[in-house]
Amino acid sequence: MVHETIAATNAVVTLDVALPGIVWPWLVTVNMWAKSIGTGVIFMLFLLLKKYPEQAGKLRFQTTVVSIIFIHLFLLFTLADLHQPFRMWHIFFFPHVTSAITVGAWMATAFVGLLFLLAFFSFFKKDNAAFDKTLTWVVLLAIPVTLYTAGLMSQCTARELWQMPTESAQMIFAALLSGSAFMILLAGNKLNYEAKKTLGVVLGLSALMSFILYMSEYVFGPMKAEEVAAVLEYIKGDGPYTVMFWLGQWMAYLLPMLLIVLSRASKSENILKLAAILALAGLWLVKHVWLIIPQLLPMS
Amino acid sequence: MQLGFLVDLHLCMGCKGCEIACKVENEVPLSTWRLRVKYVDVGSFPETRRTFTPLRCNHCENAPCVRICPVSALHYIENGIVNIDKERCIGCAGCVMACPYGAIYIDPLTQTADKCTFCAHRVASSMMPACVVACPVQANIFGDLDNPTSNISKYIQKNQGNVQVRKPEKGTNPHHFYVNGGNVTLNPLSSHRLNGHNLFNNITTLPIGGHH
Repeated sequence: MVHETIAATNAVVTLDVALPGIVWPWLVTVNMWAKSIGTGVIFMLFLLLKKYPEQAGKLRFQTTVVSIIFIHLFLLFTLADLHQPFRMWHIFFFPHVTSAITVGAWMATAFVGLLFLLAFFSFFKKDNAAFDKTLTWVVLLAIPVTLYTAGLMSQCTARELWQMPTESAQMIFAALLSGSAFMILLAGNKLNYEAKKTLGVVLGLSALMSFILYMSEYVFGPMKAEEVAAVLEYIKGDGPYTVMFWLGQWMAYLLPMLLIVLSRASKSENILKLAAILALAGLWLVKHVWLIIPQLLPMS
Repeated sequence: MQLGFLVDLHLCMGCKGCEIACKVENEVPLSTWRLRVKYVDVGSFPETRRTFTPLRCNHCENAPCVRICPVSALHYIENGIVNIDKERCIGCAGCVMACPYGAIYIDPLTQTADKCTFCAHRVASSMMPACVVACPVQANIFGDLDNPTSNISKYIQKNQGNVQVRKPEKGTNPHHFYVNGGNVTLNPLSSHRLNGHNLFNNITTLPIGGHH
């Protein structure tokens, strides 16, 4: 960037077309956020059924319904973001398998089908054995469904900030964070404090790992790539997204971690619930900032 | 056959004839461009100069837009051109996000992705792209990169060591070359972009697909 930094060779764009606006807006943030919850609660139900089968058994149907709702929210916002939503069927009839969008759409469709099967087993047939057997397959499918957005972001060659495997890890941690947070809120009296403490541990650890990843990018990213350095300027100093970035980090990760420690010390379920609410709200902010900032950089 | 493009930036005088010819030929709607010429002023007064860089789709050999397109709307044709089928496009804008050169836009009339196709419809009729025909100084050179006797191949041979592509680190292998380019002309991060940088208006952000 010598021309920018040396006054004698100062280079200024004097005539060009205006920069494109935000291509993937908040609709895509909701898409990622809702998908995290939709798959995250399935992961958590699986964990709870293994560790606390008696109590978690009461959550089978409720969790399935929550997952169905959030996966449909994710699909709805995906559709809303398309400029030609009525051509969505092209993905199934003219598929291009190198695209993470195609693979993701197929997997999400299969995932929805399995979720309805779970709902059938838990609500109509009341067959817990069949539910649990199917749940194993749903959990296995939930992993790539969670990860495919990371694949899509890494296919965006223009956006240097979104790197594999960091984005994959972030997607999984986001699902664990939001899944555990939502289960804490959903459980009510169905889970005892011990089970909720376990969910709190998952929430706290996934918050810690996500925070470490973001800070690693924040500190070391600019040392490796000129583009990453330029993008991260939007969340540093007086950058337009600095406040939102740090608000998200505090709400999604730092405060929940502190509150979970506090809740364990005071054995307070209310503090745990507060941590869960903050984590869910903060995750939206974090995802949104990370989605938007690479789009602010001029590409040409 | 592998069609490619070369621009000699030393010859380009920023007349924007290519830009207008492209707009007319391809009926490119207002607020969108398949091809544009960027002006960058370099130096401090009185030692200043202005550079002109025509920017269009690079028709990469390893095109991220083709890879990310979920419905193969973006695809290669036999002569190496990265073409687009607007009837198939679902408007997911994945290609817009993937293209490191900012060469793809959402057409506000059709709500589908669009970009320079090297005037594939003209090429199919053995005509040169509209921008090549319009250029008054023959700064745009178009031809078959696989044919060593084509104008573009000869130009590349003659200017060896002075032929660049944009963002080579992305590994896209562009088929669009520049002669006499440099960091200022080819690297968007090497110049300031102030608010209201446009000489003629203060519009700094364009709507995507014609709406927000």
